[in-house]
Amino acid sequence: MGVLRRRRTAIAWGFALPFVIVFAAFMLIPLLSSLAMSFTDITVQDVRTPFNVNFIGLQNYVKLFQDPRYTKSLVTTGIFVVIGLPLTMIIALAFAVSLNKGLQHVNTFFRALFYAPVVASTVAVSVVWRYILQKDGLLNTVLAVFGIQGPNWLHDTHTALFALMVMTIWRNMGTLMIIFLAGLQSIPEDVMEAAAIDGASEWRKFRSITLPLMKPTLLLGMVLQSVTYLQFFEESFVMTQGGPLDSTLSASYYIYEKFGFGQYGVSSAASYVLFFIIAVVSVLQFRLMRTKD
Amino acid sequence: MILAFIAFVWIFPFFWMILGSLKTQREIMAIPPTLWPKHATLSNFMKWFTQLDFGNYFINSMVVAIIVMLGNMVFCSMVGYALAKIDFAGKNVLFGMVMVTLMVPGVATFVPLFVEITNLHLLNSYASLILPFLAQPIGVFLMRQFMAGIPDALLEAGRIDGAGELRIFFQIVLPECKPPLATLAVLTFLSSWNNFLWPLVAAQSNKMYTLPVALSLYSTGQNATDYSVLLAGAVLVITPILLLFIFLQKYFIQGVAMTGIK
Repeated sequence: MGVLRRRRTAIAWGFALPFVIVFAAFMLIPLLSSLAMSFTDITVQDVRTPFNVNFIGLQNYVKLFQDPRYTKSLVTTGIFVVIGLPLTMIIALAFAVSLNKGLQHVNTFFRALFYAPVVASTVAVSVVWRYILQKDGLLNTVLAVFGIQGPNWLHDTHTALFALMVMTIWRNMGTLMIIFLAGLQSIPEDVMEAAAIDGASEWRKFRSITLPLMKPTLLLGMVLQSVTYLQFFEESFVMTQGGPLDSTLSASYYIYEKFGFGQYGVSSAASYVLFFIIAVVSVLQFRLMRTKD
Repeated sequence: MILAFIAFVWIFPFFWMILGSLKTQREIMAIPPTLWPKHATLSNFMKWFTQLDFGNYFINSMVVAIIVMLGNMVFCSMVGYALAKIDFAGKNVLFGMVMVTLMVPGVATFVPLFVEITNLHLLNSYASLILPFLAQPIGVFLMRQFMAGIPDALLEAGRIDGAGELRIFFQIVLPECKPPLATLAVLTFLSSWNNFLWPLVAAQSNKMYTLPVALSLYSTGQNATDYSVLLAGAVLVITPILLLFIFLQKYFIQGVAMTGIK
């Protein structure tokens, strides 16, 4: 290594140092110790003596998968992603397409409006939605006008998860809409014009031009949104506390609950399972993106 | 027209929240619910300001969000500069690490983080609420991407004039970086303001609660159906960020478009 390069290296690490210290202390070390803790019997009693614990191999993981509530929480999270994600994407794409044309000012206004729920605190909007969804709440009052007797959405095991999903879609749609709008704007005008001259209908243009060209953007949105949905927690914390009868107990909620019970080892193991699932899902989706291109 | 109708439905929960926050305890329980408050009252808000210590939670949220925001602006732009403009040993390792941790969800680290913070004797302090969020990989990514686009010739001109790296960074590079810095500021302020899981765990007394934590703890348990007060609380939590959003819309939306992360 030349003197000049050594000097450059010193300067560069000087610039990186403040970040690297904080990043190592509060990101890398916890990430690695989470893995280590998942193989130990650490509990709340060991919080002040974290090195004074026993290595128990895969026992925490075994315990996890023997707990029917855990497997149920994974299934619940899975349902949330498998149903909620495509719905969010379809709605976001529909909004993006309808906001892509038309007057600039009007579109900016609507864009901001549809994006507004994204910036609001989940805890705060959960409070509002709980109020809307209660037995004699706004939603059931509106349904009653059409002669429909709505259930007590959040207290019914059949509807609670679905109700949370509706709120989550409302809350997250804006993010995808913005990403999709950016994607739509990168589609060259002349391709569309050429298709119009050939007499292609709007639907035909959408299916044969927009969708294929949007594929990378759609996949990016899918990855980001599935990572968010795999972690859903606040909604169930504020609205249902995981209930009724664990019907909204998500994987994250389970992790938080085990932590609350002081079972740090089990909680860490559950975190790593979720982390692993998120990583696998992301990698799979990126693979999909590459092979399809 | 259809769009306008859907938009109305879309933001109706916000209207409903504001209307509900102005209703009396009696009226909010009415079946069927009333649309406009019959006797609009500010007493629900007053309750937050007098009995419920809103000022304290607001200050906590503000202090944490502002320090997290400033910290990320400084730290991330510094690493971003090194990664974008200096060729050095270990560069790829550093950048690789930042990119990999972009994907790490908050739940993957919060248990050991709790153990660590406890042993550093920082639990229930501002430090515990701030430190874990001071260095976010997303900020590094954002700054590096932008800085890579600044022409090297500009930096070379500075070097020829005899400026050191620090001067080049502060006087040439940073002034060019206003757009990504604004985006980063908005992103980190927003995520800090709305952050929930970690403050819920790390703030252990009324004195250290941030707004979302205070609201969530008030909204579960015996106050769960005290909706008029709850909705007033929700208004108080959402309003500052909505105002910020109205004025800085461009940067919020740029943040999503540039990084794909809210």
